[in-house]
Amino acid sequence: MRLFNMKFLIELWEGFKVALMALRDHKMRSFLTTLGIVIGITTVIAIHAIIIGLNNAFYSSISALGSDNLYISKFAWASREDWIKALHRKDITMKEADAIKKFATSVKAVAPTVSARRTVKYGSEKLTGCNIIGTSEDYTITANVLPEFGRPLSELDVDHRRNVCIIGFEIAEELFKKANPLGRRITVGMHKFRVIGVMEKRGNMLGHNLDTEIIIPIGVFQKLYGSHRWFTIEVKVTDARLIEEAKDELTGILRRVRKVPPGKENDFAINQQDVIADLYKSFTTALYAVAFGVGAISLIVGGIGIMNIMLVSVTERTREIGIRKAIGAKNKDILWQFLVESVMVSSIGGIIGITVGFAIAKLIASSTFLSASISPISIIIGVCFIGIVGISFGIFPAYKASRLNPIIALRYE
Amino acid sequence: MLIDIKDIVKIYEVGTVKVDALRGINLQIKGNEYLAIMGPSGSGKSTLMNILGCLDTPTSGTYNFADQAVSEMEDNQLAEIRNREIGFVFQTFNLLPRATALHNVELPLIYSGTPSTKRKKLAKEALEKVGLADRMNHKPNELSGGQRQRVAIARALVNNPKIILADEPTGNLDTRTGEEIMEIFEDIHEAGNTIILVTHEEYIAEHTNRIVRLRDGLIERDEAV
Repeated sequence: MRLFNMKFLIELWEGFKVALMALRDHKMRSFLTTLGIVIGITTVIAIHAIIIGLNNAFYSSISALGSDNLYISKFAWASREDWIKALHRKDITMKEADAIKKFATSVKAVAPTVSARRTVKYGSEKLTGCNIIGTSEDYTITANVLPEFGRPLSELDVDHRRNVCIIGFEIAEELFKKANPLGRRITVGMHKFRVIGVMEKRGNMLGHNLDTEIIIPIGVFQKLYGSHRWFTIEVKVTDARLIEEAKDELTGILRRVRKVPPGKENDFAINQQDVIADLYKSFTTALYAVAFGVGAISLIVGGIGIMNIMLVSVTERTREIGIRKAIGAKNKDILWQFLVESVMVSSIGGIIGITVGFAIAKLIASSTFLSASISPISIIIGVCFIGIVGISFGIFPAYKASRLNPIIALRYE
Repeated sequence: MLIDIKDIVKIYEVGTVKVDALRGINLQIKGNEYLAIMGPSGSGKSTLMNILGCLDTPTSGTYNFADQAVSEMEDNQLAEIRNREIGFVFQTFNLLPRATALHNVELPLIYSGTPSTKRKKLAKEALEKVGLADRMNHKPNELSGGQRQRVAIARALVNNPKIILADEPTGNLDTRTGEEIMEIFEDIHEAGNTIILVTHEEYIAEHTNRIVRLRDGLIERDEAV
């Protein structure tokens, strides 16, 4: 058995050397042949790396939403529900938020929130399009955001509708440069607010810059900017495992407060982070499908190219096959020789593809916010593809070569 | 008896036409014989050569090679016989154009599974025997016709086969070079090898000890020189 393996290895090595010689003699032809494989593998590797980058960006940004958070509003997120109908629903107000705070046992924080975009000014510096959030002291818990310095909203600020604000990290940098913003009065839209805190750096959430937010007491917001339909109550449940029970309890409370008659459907929605995650997943699944489709098609095209060139190669080397057979090569020796060659062609294509794919991913990563990274899985997938293509499209030419009659092959001119 | 052929018939079918290439050949060859097979084209000498060399099998009849029934063997077994027992020398040399002389000579050893170091040693020895020690790393197109044929002879010898089958080995060479090649064959014969030469040149055949003449698929004459 050992002898057989040794013999096999010797023959395989010969096949490898012959293939190398053949590729060296036909550099241009071999390069063109590998192009299909290069494109296929490049696509798969690059898109896979980009999706990994997207995943990292996405999951780190929606983690701000928290898996134990519920968001009560008139509108359901990412649903096919009739928007016009939802628009005509009764607005959610402080009444609902107060009732939840009073009656719900399964929640540990309730933050009613409304928001609007305004320009923020301090002296000659200004920043447009800042997101003003009117909320309560519980927002610190539901949004999981603590001040970098200064203090968060207090119950007193909210109850007494004080004109105070906590500003985002970027606002502090833009308006105050290196000066201390605490205690300064900034202009939000038309009104003056005293800065009591600066939020820690939070980054992006779904393309939304969280560092240009300004938090003010909800009472002040409603007095100055009015109440409106985007009123959302953010709720943090006491135990993430009991989130379904919490939803049931909240539904009961809301139906009572909003006087929804029994048998009628809810005129509000309790939203959750996983809705967005599901939406995102279906998007990346589609992206994977596209990558797989493009990859598969170019690999098939590449494979056909390899088969074509191998058939040419077999014909060109008919005499060589005859010589080898005359001096003792068996059919399987010839089969292996040509199979090694086709696998080598597809491997070269694959290696170029993996390199180029990775380079493209890195390029995208360095020019966008995505952190593209190559995973061992995509390399394994790539290598498997290379092997499958090389063998499945090389087997027919190799078989054809192995079946050549040595007498006829020797006579071939 | 090294080679024992009885009633060998070979019929080719070309489309619907049947061609009787060999019509009942009987031939015995002993070890260390040196013989020539002669005949005009179409006499069946190439077919006989192919059968003797285990490249082809007869339509009917028996062929025993060193007491093995070759006529009943399968492709793989025939390949093994060719590899171990037969050394071929062709008119057109049939060397691999991209490989060096050394690699060409190594080839039979590759298919017999000889490890690399031993292979190189045997191939070098075979090249030295034919006087090409200084041309080992040259490719065929860097060698003269005579040198190429010597590489082919080294390749035929390297596996230490029982017979050397040479098909018009001087056909592509000038007379002087042809004579040189024939001298090498004589040396090989004197060293104890069996040589079968296919030729249509009388003066080449005269180097041998026995001439078998074919005509129309039959042996016409079989005589000692």
